[in-house]
Amino acid sequence: MPITPSIKRDYLSKLAENGKREDGRKFDEFRKIEIETGIVDKAEGSAKVKIGNTQVIAGIKMDIGEPYPDTPDEGAMSTAAELIPLASPDFESGPPRADAIELARVVDRGIRESGLIEVKKLCIESGEKVWIIFIDIHILDYDGNLFDAASLASLAALMTTNIPIDRAKATLERLKDKFPSIGQYLNDHPEDYKLPLTDPPVSCTSVKYNGVVVMDPSLDEEEIAEARLTVATDKNGDIRAMQKGLNGSFSTDEIKKVIKASIDNGKKIQEQLYKSVGK
Amino acid sequence: MDADIKLFENGKRLDGRKPDELRKIKIEAGVLHRAEGSCYLEWGGNKVIAAVYGPREAIPRHTQNPLRAIVNAKYNMAAFSVDERKRPGPDRRSREISKVISEALENIILVEKYPRASIDVNIEVLNAEAGTRCAGLTAAAVALVDAGIPMRDIPVACAAGKIEDQVVLDLGKDEDNYGTADLPVAIAPRTGEILLLQMDGHLTLEEFDKALDLAIKGCHIISDIQKKAIMEKYQSVSEGK
Repeated sequence: MPITPSIKRDYLSKLAENGKREDGRKFDEFRKIEIETGIVDKAEGSAKVKIGNTQVIAGIKMDIGEPYPDTPDEGAMSTAAELIPLASPDFESGPPRADAIELARVVDRGIRESGLIEVKKLCIESGEKVWIIFIDIHILDYDGNLFDAASLASLAALMTTNIPIDRAKATLERLKDKFPSIGQYLNDHPEDYKLPLTDPPVSCTSVKYNGVVVMDPSLDEEEIAEARLTVATDKNGDIRAMQKGLNGSFSTDEIKKVIKASIDNGKKIQEQLYKSVGK
Repeated sequence: MDADIKLFENGKRLDGRKPDELRKIKIEAGVLHRAEGSCYLEWGGNKVIAAVYGPREAIPRHTQNPLRAIVNAKYNMAAFSVDERKRPGPDRRSREISKVISEALENIILVEKYPRASIDVNIEVLNAEAGTRCAGLTAAAVALVDAGIPMRDIPVACAAGKIEDQVVLDLGKDEDNYGTADLPVAIAPRTGEILLLQMDGHLTLEEFDKALDLAIKGCHIISDIQKKAIMEKYQSVSEGK
């Protein structure tokens, strides 16, 4: 381990032995979360999320494309994260590295597998044309816990997304000649309408160092972390997705504790999320 | 757009501006925690954020200059910043813009103070609506000041152009798409030196003189907004806010 993290590790470990964290939080306490929606007019939906000093923007773009052969009547989605050099002295430009890909995939899975987006309602012409949703995550300021910030920003952006019928009208009219039933779709949806969603699963990330497990790691805590666990829960307190990271391990008891703390924090974040999108 | 819509009528432009009127500009310095200097800028519908890292050792080492620092500006557009989603990552357009902005900033930064170092300026366009390179350079300048990088001046950029035979300041979206000329200019406001100049379209010599004059006037107005943003940040720091 390089010299700085090993000094940090001693310092944070000593604090942890006395039940403390460097910024005075309790072990299971999140930093202050701010959610701001509708910040990019060009996007179909957008949100900026701050968790402490960490800042993430998510933007949603929608396009008409072809469905996957195995799901001919379902819309598709794709998630990309960019760890742009603006956000940290250690991020470099260039193709996404493994950590950017893991981040995008964990966010993607939380949204996809939870059935948040009602993909069947994104079908324009079965087997031919569906809506494709692009979620692009831009990290602006990296001070730990990108997983939760990126996922929360994506949720808030999706919840404020309008399907751009108006912008796509010319394309749809043109397609109508080839697929006459698109006329029906246009009749049913004459103008932009809200992306159909079910309830959002909120993810909470914890890390373990020196035998303690802390929620919402800061950058320093993340740097010395031995193991990481992300748990996404819904408003009923059910578990919707999980991802363990790093080479350390958890005991079963620790896992159960983390899940409990994630449910409690998740409920609070859910409320804030709904409030921020005006629901 | 329909051909019968006039970009300029009764002395007013599409968005109601006068020929020599800028769009609304808002600048805020020091908005990021990790970066050594940063700036958020709104200019009409443009939303741009700039961050500065360095001076730090230039990597890879073969890029180092033993006599001075290199300035690495990176202009990048977010995938969601335009109507049709842009594929993430650099393309030919953004590489060119990065190059001309780097060169403009290199002129003004006291690069000889930091041999073998690099000064990295990252410009992210979050929402694009005509004139992003000027917005980016203007934001980058404030971020450089915020990072404490020594400079001869605070550079500033603004465009002028031509719509319907009329020379106007600071083209908006439709004016950029359907106008006849676009002339982005960056200057060092203290000396009036021109640091960046590009043009596309069609201008007569007189029109060029007028457009350049107008762009420089615009630069001076924006320069004041830059300085105010910097003062505000340091005032709030010294008052302990």
